[in-house]
Order: sequence, then C-alpha cells, then structure tokens
Amino acid sequence: MFDAIVNGLSGLGAGVLHLHWSNPVMIAVGCLLLYLGIKKDVEPLLLVPIGFGAIIVNIPLADLMGEEGFLRTIYNMGVANELFPLLIFIGIGAMTDFGPLLENPKIFLLGAAGQFGIFLTIGLALLFGFDKLDAVAIGVIGACDGPTAIYVSSKYAPHLLAAVSVAAYSYMSLVPIIQPPIMRLLTTEKERQINMSELVSTSPASKTTKILFPIVVTIFGGFIAPQGLPLLATIMLGNLMKESGVVGRLTKATENEIANVVTLFLAISIGATMDGRAFLTTQTIMILIFGFVAICLDTVCGVLFGKLMCKATGGRINPLIGAAGISAYPMAARVVQKEGLKYNRFNFLLMHAVGANTGGQVGSVMAAAIMLSVLKGMGIIP
Amino acid sequence: MDNVTFGLTLLVVGMGGTLAALGLLAVMMNLLKKIFPAKEEPSN
Repeated sequence: MFDAIVNGLSGLGAGVLHLHWSNPVMIAVGCLLLYLGIKKDVEPLLLVPIGFGAIIVNIPLADLMGEEGFLRTIYNMGVANELFPLLIFIGIGAMTDFGPLLENPKIFLLGAAGQFGIFLTIGLALLFGFDKLDAVAIGVIGACDGPTAIYVSSKYAPHLLAAVSVAAYSYMSLVPIIQPPIMRLLTTEKERQINMSELVSTSPASKTTKILFPIVVTIFGGFIAPQGLPLLATIMLGNLMKESGVVGRLTKATENEIANVVTLFLAISIGATMDGRAFLTTQTIMILIFGFVAICLDTVCGVLFGKLMCKATGGRINPLIGAAGISAYPMAARVVQKEGLKYNRFNFLLMHAVGANTGGQVGSVMAAAIMLSVLKGMGIIP
Repeated sequence: MDNVTFGLTLLVVGMGGTLAALGLLAVMMNLLKKIFPAKEEPSN
C-alpha cells in the first residue's frame, strides 16, 4: 500500500524531475511573448498563440510534439507541407489594396530595392559558416514577411523554423523603432521635406487594370520564377477575388474565417517548435542577429534607392518612401508618414508610402520566388 | 559549388532579377493603364 502511494506520488512529480534547464527559460520566454501580445498589443494575433505554444511544449513528458501529440498533428497538417502560410497569403491578398501602387507604378522599383537585404544577409550568413539552405532561410527574414519566411524555412530548413519565424514576426513589429534612425541618417532635411503630393502627378487605375494586375503578376512571375508560384499565386488569387467583386462570400471567408483559423494553427505550431533543448542555442542567437541586420539592410537599400530616384526625377520623389519598400504592411508606410510630418507638417506621404509598401509585398514574394528558382537552376534544391 | 561563388551568384542574379522583374511589371502596369484608362469607368 505504502509503495503504491509512493509510486503514485512519483508519477505526479515526474514532470518536475524531467525538467531540463532550458524548459523554464523557454516557459519564461513564452510568458514574455504573452505579455507583449496582451499588455503591449504587439502582434497579439500571433504572439498569444506562439507564446502559449512555447509554454506547453516545454512542459516535460506531455509529449505534445511527439508522434501522437496534438501539436504535431497540427504541425504536420499545415506547416510541414507549407499549406498554412499559403492560405494566409490568400487572406493577405484579399485584404490588400494595390490601388496606390497602380497609381504610380514606377514605385514598384522601391519594392525591389527593399528586398536587397535578403541577398546581402544570405552572403553574410554564408561568411559566418552557415550551410547554403540555412543561409537562405535566414536571409528571407529580410523579406519582412512572416508567411514567406515560414514557407521558405519550413520547406528548406525546417530545423530553423522556430528561430526564423520568431525573428521575422518580432522584427516586423519593431519596424517603427528600427527604421527611423536609419532614415534620418541617410537623408538630408531638405530631402525629407519633399512634398510629393505637389510634385508627382498620378492617375487612378481603372477597375479593369486592378482586375488584370493579379492575373498579369501571376502569369509573368510564374514563368520567370515557377518555384515560387505558390507564393505569388495565392496572394494574387486573394487580390483577384477582392478586385473582381463577384465572389464576396469567398473574399470575406479568406480574409476573416480562413485567415483567423489558419493564423491560430500556424502560430501555435510555431510556438510548438520552441522546445528549449533545440531552441536555446548559439545558432538561434545568430539568426536573431542576422534577422535584425537583414531588416536594417533592407531599409538602407530602400532609402538609398529612393535617393537615386529622387535624383533621377529631379527631386520629385521623397527618399523616405524607400523605407516603405519592405513588406511590413502597413507599419512601414505609417513610419514614413510620421517621419515626413516631423519635417513638414503639411507633407502627407502616406498614399505614396502605401504604394511602395504594397510594392514591397509583391517584391518580397517575387524575390523569394526568384531566389528559389535560382537555387533550383543551380541544383541546390530539387 | 563553394559558398563564395554561391553567395555572389545569388546576390547578382537575385537582386538583379528582382529589380528587373518589378521594373518590367511597372512597365506592364503603365501599359495596362494606358489601354484601360480610368475615365472609361466613371463610376470608379
């Protein structure tokens, strides 16, 4: 009888006895993510389920990511096969208005420049000894686009998924803190005061153009970068549904119900990959550093390209909007608007910045698609 | 393929390809706007 009680009590304490030092640390990290999401309103839709996932996966013996674990089931259902990020992309496409970009299509180029950080960071990661595909997954944090980072890392470097996705979403939410000092450092006060509304004449796009835009991007992008077609096609399908106006029910479902359910599953799965034994490594710290570098380089390249366009157009482009060429939508556009107003209180750059920002969304997907097709061409991926 | 060659190739082709692709898209969008101008559809 006494032995049975002792055995029973030892069963109750087994979880504590199997605790690894990294588990309490990661539980604290999970709590920090919950705090940021709940109290500080930082990406709560993502950080709350990620934080909770990180807590429960670090409770020993629960085996939630084991073969039969419910988190493993969710992970296999949509992260391991890259389905969840693609479903989210349909919702993003349905929520995005490319109108400001189509009003002034040349700012598409800023969306390209805003992705240069991806490729520069890949080079840096390679210099620091990362494997080729690991470097690619790290560089794509610079896309400043969560689903793209998750798609690429889950496909080609699944062991880095947790660190890459945490870095991608954390830095996206930190864009308002990271970008302004770089923008001020690289521009003169005179450049920051350029009032584009007075200098740039734009014309609105017709409904036909708006409907043709996603079709043209999909066909064109698919031909030059077929490896990235799932990324391009899903975001453009969402946008086509929105602009066509004939499938309101589907559009509503993709931007609400589907996006919400998939966000929950995706985020809790990411949290579930944050097992302390695998996550608390020097490699994770390096990935977080490289992710930060990638976003800084994106901003630098975007602003410098903005300066180039400013010169080329005789001072009609405010170089600040180059910072919105990254994909963090709409945070980057808001940062540009705020910075512009600081130097000229009548300078409303928002619509131009939103154009560059949506260009950055297309740019990030296009850059990832091109990168995957180049990797395929070099025989690095099957 | 060594890491330096790989990194440089990806840098040149990736950055150049992205810039060229979005530049071409910008040209195509300008063409579409000329073919289907907004004034055709005053309701928009």
